[in-house]
Amino acid sequence: MKKRYLKPTEDPLWLKLILGAVTIGFIAVLLLLPLVLMFKEALANGLNGFWASMTEPDALASVRLSLIAAAIAVPLNTVFGIAAAWAIAKYDFRGKTFLVTLIDLPFSVSPVVAGLIYVLVFGMQGWLGPTLADHDVRILFALPGIVLVTIFVTFPFVARELIPLMVDQGRDEEEAAATLGASGFQTFLRVTLPNIKWGLLYGILLCNARALGEFGAVSVVSGHIRGVTNTMPLHVQLLYDNYDYAGAFTVAALLAMLALLTLALKSLLEWRYADELAAAHRR
Amino acid sequence: MSLTVDSVTKKFRRFPALNGASFVAPQGSFVSLLGPSGSGKTTLLRILGGLEFADSGSVRFADLNWLDMPARTRNPGFVFQQYALFKHMTVADNIAFGLKVRPRSKRPSKSEIQDRVKSLLDLVQLPGLEQRYPSQLSGGQRQRVALARALAIEPRMLLLDEPFGALDAKVRKELRADLRRIHDHAGVTTVFVTHDQEEAFAVADLVAVMKDGRIEQYGAPADVRRNPRTPFVSEFLSV
Ligand SMILES: Nc1ncnc2c1ncn2[C@@H]1O[C@H](COP(=O)(O)OP(=O)(O)OP(=O)(O)O)[C@@H](O)[C@H]1O
Ligand SMILES: [Mg+2]
Repeated sequence: MKKRYLKPTEDPLWLKLILGAVTIGFIAVLLLLPLVLMFKEALANGLNGFWASMTEPDALASVRLSLIAAAIAVPLNTVFGIAAAWAIAKYDFRGKTFLVTLIDLPFSVSPVVAGLIYVLVFGMQGWLGPTLADHDVRILFALPGIVLVTIFVTFPFVARELIPLMVDQGRDEEEAAATLGASGFQTFLRVTLPNIKWGLLYGILLCNARALGEFGAVSVVSGHIRGVTNTMPLHVQLLYDNYDYAGAFTVAALLAMLALLTLALKSLLEWRYADELAAAHRR
Repeated sequence: MSLTVDSVTKKFRRFPALNGASFVAPQGSFVSLLGPSGSGKTTLLRILGGLEFADSGSVRFADLNWLDMPARTRNPGFVFQQYALFKHMTVADNIAFGLKVRPRSKRPSKSEIQDRVKSLLDLVQLPGLEQRYPSQLSGGQRQRVALARALAIEPRMLLLDEPFGALDAKVRKELRADLRRIHDHAGVTTVFVTHDQEEAFAVADLVAVMKDGRIEQYGAPADVRRNPRTPFVSEFLSV
């Protein structure tokens, strides 16, 4: 029989099996099982019960609020992320490292702290609060406050995804475009954007998932007014605290479904553009 | 339409990369910039192409104050060492790029662009590769595509920064012969950076030997070889 040699980078079978089993075991126990249980709990009162909890006005209001907050925060952070990544990757300036650290700040600061910062600024005892109250502008305990903290906690996602990508790509292709007569905007649209679109998409998806799921920061500024300033995660907690388990799990399941939908969308795009992705990774 | 480079200087932070480089290239000539690593060849070429700005000095080309014009209006045909092809575009789209970004009034029609691409691919001897992506080409083929892309905009000046640096000796020889043929055909003024002196002397009408941001000697290849003006040049050429 011919002896089979291992490639230098190939691991023995037993190691492959163990690593595979550990990975699958972890995912099954810590991720899949709880998810399945959650859906089971949500369906405790049957499909009709599920439907009733889902279409209950306060639940619908929380879904609407979460979607509005994400619909505002995600596009803004996308624009911001592209601008920041562009500045950092393509220009040389003093304080660049400091800027990168600042962009990371929302990741390292606890979301509760993020919420409190805005209370300090916009609260009645705060810095701008009284002035705003005089002009009848409500920031805290209203949509603007929720949107602001959502922007704060999600703003690194797109930038973080794009910065290494754009640094790695360098300026060669943009320089080539300039010598071929392209304007700055044409260069961005035709050269830069196609090169970063996968990283951008991934950043947007992550940003969106976090925007919908954010709890701590929103909790501080929302005021928890049922059916008015409760986002989906806040509504889940409210139902849970009121021992409405079926209701809580229904909204939680809805939240999870939104996340799964995002992932499905990502996989679909990756599958649809597999060739292009492969071409982009090869050099 | 000659190219006149006069006492161009450029500092990076405090480091002087160019220390008053001057040379005059007649219209349609082929100039090789030769010199050791760090002597400022790339910097000078990028200043000519509008990718870098000079601190002082002047460049005139075709009676224009070249340094006052942004890269995109100079339309230099620039060929980079690392190809810098647009990875996500096919060969045809790469070559057509410079034509497609023109304002509508100056943009050729779709079929004209298609014909241009085809004839350029013939010129660089890659017929039929329109639909490939850069990742599906060899290094030599990529550089030919880069050359075709630079020529598509009908540049009056062709700038090449060690375009064949990453290729093996045989391919280099083929490509430089093709480059010379294309240069003569297109009637451009070419500045060609290389650190391979055999290549520089074989292909150019004029050779500029650079050292420490200055042009140490400038002249026809035979003259430079026969009468090195400084010990540096004679030593550099004897290696
Ligand atoms: N962006 C930059 N920032 C700082 N210094 C630079 C920069 N670009 C070039 N230099 C310096 O300027 C000098 C000239 O560089 P240049 O790239 O023009 O050399 P070169 O002749 O092209 O060398 P090579 O043959 O290695 O490509 C070098 O000492 C280099 O370190
Ligand atoms: Mg160089």
